[in-house]
Amino acid sequence: MSEEITVKDPETAKTGKASWEGGSEPFKASYGKLMMWYFIMSDAFTFAGFLIAYGALRFSVPTWPEPDFVFQSFPGGFTGMPLIFVTLMTFVLIASSATMVRAVQEGQRENKKGVVFWLLMTIVGGSIFLGCQAWEWHTLIVKEHMTISENPFSRHVEAGTYLAGDGYSIQAGDTFEPGDEYLIHKVDGEWNQIPYRTAAGEIKLQEFGPPAFGALFYFITGFHGFHVLSGLIILLIITINVASGLYVKRRNGYEMVEKVGLYWHFVDLVWVFVFLVFYLL
Amino acid sequence: MAHDYETAKKVVLKGLILLALVTVAEVFIALLGKGHIISGFYLPRWFIYLAMIGLSVYKAYFIMGEFMHLRYEVKGLVSSILLPFLLLVWAIIAFLWDGSHWGQQREDYKTPFERERQGTIIDEAELERILERTKNLD
Repeated sequence: MSEEITVKDPETAKTGKASWEGGSEPFKASYGKLMMWYFIMSDAFTFAGFLIAYGALRFSVPTWPEPDFVFQSFPGGFTGMPLIFVTLMTFVLIASSATMVRAVQEGQRENKKGVVFWLLMTIVGGSIFLGCQAWEWHTLIVKEHMTISENPFSRHVEAGTYLAGDGYSIQAGDTFEPGDEYLIHKVDGEWNQIPYRTAAGEIKLQEFGPPAFGALFYFITGFHGFHVLSGLIILLIITINVASGLYVKRRNGYEMVEKVGLYWHFVDLVWVFVFLVFYLL
Repeated sequence: MAHDYETAKKVVLKGLILLALVTVAEVFIALLGKGHIISGFYLPRWFIYLAMIGLSVYKAYFIMGEFMHLRYEVKGLVSSILLPFLLLVWAIIAFLWDGSHWGQQREDYKTPFERERQGTIIDEAELERILERTKNLD
């Protein structure tokens, strides 16, 4: 009976061994590469869970901060440049993904010097990206005072006229429409919510935005940044191993570089969706 | 082999340019659609959302296909990786649906007083105090 089953197995016809006896690769990929793929999948589901949570919370509140208003600063004190800085960051990460592909290609032709060079380029790109993210966080924390429980970015839900200025972009007498964005600043360490008069004649204070925005932003971009940091550490270890000639002895076309490459591209892949959800939608 | 290597190098450069162009296109549509480039000109929101999601999915397809080499793997490997992601289709629909329901419930359980009184209303005395505190800011 068991003989009949092994004869029907197509793998047996080719290799003379049954699939379950080991020694054959139905997916034509090594164990390590396959497991890297399945790790990436499980990590992708974790990120998907976070981003879907962002969507659900965003759908549950009447207003949400406008990304091109929140992310409009640029190093050197510039402001009013919506999304320009994050576009540069994204470009740096994509470029580091491309240099990673070059490292894998050099590995396949067993060119040690090439692999080391392109791995170093990838590390440089990843570090620049991480530096940019640090700058962005610094701006949000120190200048704009967004925390995980307080969010000074919001949009008006009704029309009105400001009764005072905030020393930044708002002057007394300015009018606004529903949907217009604002940022509540701090004066001497205290929140300075600007009073305004509604069309009905009531006097109200600027409201804070949905607090979940700050928590979600720091948590999700922080989780991604932590992946970049781990990736950089792994890349550094692999680069040292390559330079020391460890993988030359293995004669498998620098498969380790290919595996860490998969992880690095995944970090880029996740950024595509973090960028979509936080900055574009 | 040498020829293959040259072609492969070109694919990387092409991929880099393609991904950069798609990213610039996304940001351009976002800024144009929200009136940052031509003042007073807006694109419909559904168009912006559709374009952003479409272009991002295309970027993901390219990164997985070319950079992660998935297009050149065995069919069984590719389906074992991609098919589980179909679960996300329902997850996205269900959770966004649920999210808007939470918002609706928050609205429904407000007292008539809360519904009437949107925002923080202050009186003239409080306004005077704030104006006094902030008069040096302008």
